[in-house]
Amino acid sequence: MNAIFFITATVAIISSVMAITNRNAIHSLLYLIISLLSVSVIFYILGAPLIAALEVIVYAGAIMVLFIFVVMMLNIGMEEETEKGWLTPKMWIVPSILAAILLGIFICVLQVFHADKTGPDIIGPKEVGVSLFTTYLIAVEIAGVLLLAGIVGAYHLGRQQKKVIHRFLVKTGSDKKDVT
Amino acid sequence: MVTISMDIQILFAGLLFLTGLVGFLVRRNIIFMLMSIEIMLNSAALVFVIAGSHWMQADGQVMFIFILTVSAAEVSVGLALILQMYHHYKTLDADALGNLRDEKVNEN
Repeated sequence: MNAIFFITATVAIISSVMAITNRNAIHSLLYLIISLLSVSVIFYILGAPLIAALEVIVYAGAIMVLFIFVVMMLNIGMEEETEKGWLTPKMWIVPSILAAILLGIFICVLQVFHADKTGPDIIGPKEVGVSLFTTYLIAVEIAGVLLLAGIVGAYHLGRQQKKVIHRFLVKTGSDKKDVT
Repeated sequence: MVTISMDIQILFAGLLFLTGLVGFLVRRNIIFMLMSIEIMLNSAALVFVIAGSHWMQADGQVMFIFILTVSAAEVSVGLALILQMYHHYKTLDADALGNLRDEKVNEN
């Protein structure tokens, strides 16, 4: 278990460093996904299976997809890139190695946990849910309000604003055009 | 399960936070800055879960769920702001927003 922790921590640090030093936004996002997956493995071996699943589903699944959508909408990262460059080994060899390490750890963790499934120090989803909806109920409601504000804000900001030009400005603009 | 001392786990979370902080300070592309903020939030959440597993309490995981919520709301609004910035200024450089006054409108 300790070896798994150290290997996964190394993978997380390396992929985070690669994520912040890469020039291509899409590659950087893929490194960031590897980093989140390795942190998720660490959550799992720390005895928090619900949090590990949430990390994969929400962080690596939803938030990173949002990032990738925006990067693709803005059309950055494709500037001096051709498909020929993507097929060179140095593009995909490092993420492949990191992901293969994570896959090996995943299989290893599954084997170990199959042996002794009922560890006493696992905090399951039941305790978390009970604590979430009794002690922290007011915080859950506040988080709901925060998400609502996030939805409204993202909708308002993401709208394409129609250009409204005042009619006087339009007139002067057209006059200027006529003069020139 | 894990018999590593808590110090090393916290040290790992600190290294992750440091990585995000350095990325936030070094990069000027605003998408990379947002990604560095994600790394920092993730490492902060990791500290909560480490502490929760150390004292065998569910509170750490509850705090992780709240951090997840905050992070999701922050990312959605931040990405919408980035889209607006790109539409107005045609750049993603964070230093391009140094002016309080909008020069483009004055030119038109």
